[in-house]
Amino acid sequence: MSALILPLQRLHRRHPLVLVAVAAVVWVLVYRQLEPLSYTLVGLLPLAPDSHLASTLQFFLYDTPKVLLLLTGIVFAMGIVQTFVSAERTRDLLAGRRLGVGNGLAAALGIVTPFCSCSAVPLFIGFLQAGVPLGVTFSFLIAAPMVNEVALGMLLALFGLRIAALYLALGLLVAIVAGFVIGAMGLEGWLEDWVRELQTAPPPRASLAELSWAERVDRGLEHVGEIVGRVWPYIVGGVALGGLIHGFVPEDMMASIMGRAAWWSVPVAVLLGVPMYTNAAGVIPIVQALLAKGAALGTVLAFMMSVIALSAPEMIILRKVLKPQLIAVFVGVVASGILAVGFIFNLVL
Amino acid sequence: MKNVKVLGSGCKNCRTTIALIEQRAAALGAEIELEKVEDMADIVSYGVMSTPGVVVDGEVVHAGGVPKAEAIDAWLR
Repeated sequence: MSALILPLQRLHRRHPLVLVAVAAVVWVLVYRQLEPLSYTLVGLLPLAPDSHLASTLQFFLYDTPKVLLLLTGIVFAMGIVQTFVSAERTRDLLAGRRLGVGNGLAAALGIVTPFCSCSAVPLFIGFLQAGVPLGVTFSFLIAAPMVNEVALGMLLALFGLRIAALYLALGLLVAIVAGFVIGAMGLEGWLEDWVRELQTAPPPRASLAELSWAERVDRGLEHVGEIVGRVWPYIVGGVALGGLIHGFVPEDMMASIMGRAAWWSVPVAVLLGVPMYTNAAGVIPIVQALLAKGAALGTVLAFMMSVIALSAPEMIILRKVLKPQLIAVFVGVVASGILAVGFIFNLVL
Repeated sequence: MKNVKVLGSGCKNCRTTIALIEQRAAALGAEIELEKVEDMADIVSYGVMSTPGVVVDGEVVHAGGVPKAEAIDAWLR
């Protein structure tokens, strides 16, 4: 092994981008072998090729490495992108933007800026102090957890480009419109008093060192270790569930409860989503199961958005800076946006 | 003696960072004065928006995520 590792380490130090290119080629070669390999493996077992069990196993053996590989690639790329867009840089880009354009920019930056809900409060205050309007800040805070790279990567891998693109577009739309509405209502008075006092004194800009490409590649790898290391059990579980449904469960089972005809299923899905708190990777297996059983796409997307964007723990964190009235407005506006998305989807598709 | 402040509201990464800095300081034999800054208003006054942040002698040297051991060594020397 060391005969292979030493040249790789030297390559990483001297030509990090060449190393990334080599890894990308290996990635594509492995990815293209997965489907034939899964058929070969199932073929080795003493099973009838068209049996339920063979179909389930083949789905599992193909989908698990496929999703993990896709997620690894996406998370690595996002780890590199994130070395260019720190929270500090995003704040400077958004400072002084007006409502409207600012909301769009904030929602878009929410996708690529590294964000963790434990940093929500310093980020919120940092934005306001730098002169980012309240409504624009909210667009960022809604988009950052809801339209993140893990959610998009998993949707792309499991449901294809159309649903991933729809989720991206509608998630951004909810974040932009909700932030715009909150901004237009002029609710600065419902910030906690200590936050309003801070607003007059802009902080010194944090000066952080520029990174080399070798360090950016390291960040990408760390990001993979952190995210993929955390979510892989959800993926294996989700794909196993998907495999069972794929092989055994009859279609249209959920159609009567969560189908398009049941209009009340959209608000119920949103309500169910609020107390549930999990990351995007955890909710997607549920989404997959619901869709496979004949639930309507709008209802399922509304459920997913509600779980990710309206979480009780994040509201408790934000309570430090927002008065209860503003939290209520925040929840109300975002929930209405998600409801609209669910209804429109069920009507149009 | 260097003054090192770790900015963070008590999340897991913040505690890991504090432990790591203590460990590196002991390994290097560097005498430091280590402070935890947990008050939101104080954290924000350094212009840091992702926690944990690290401040060495009044200058922000790190923000977001647990810093690497080599980086800590460089601050403490």
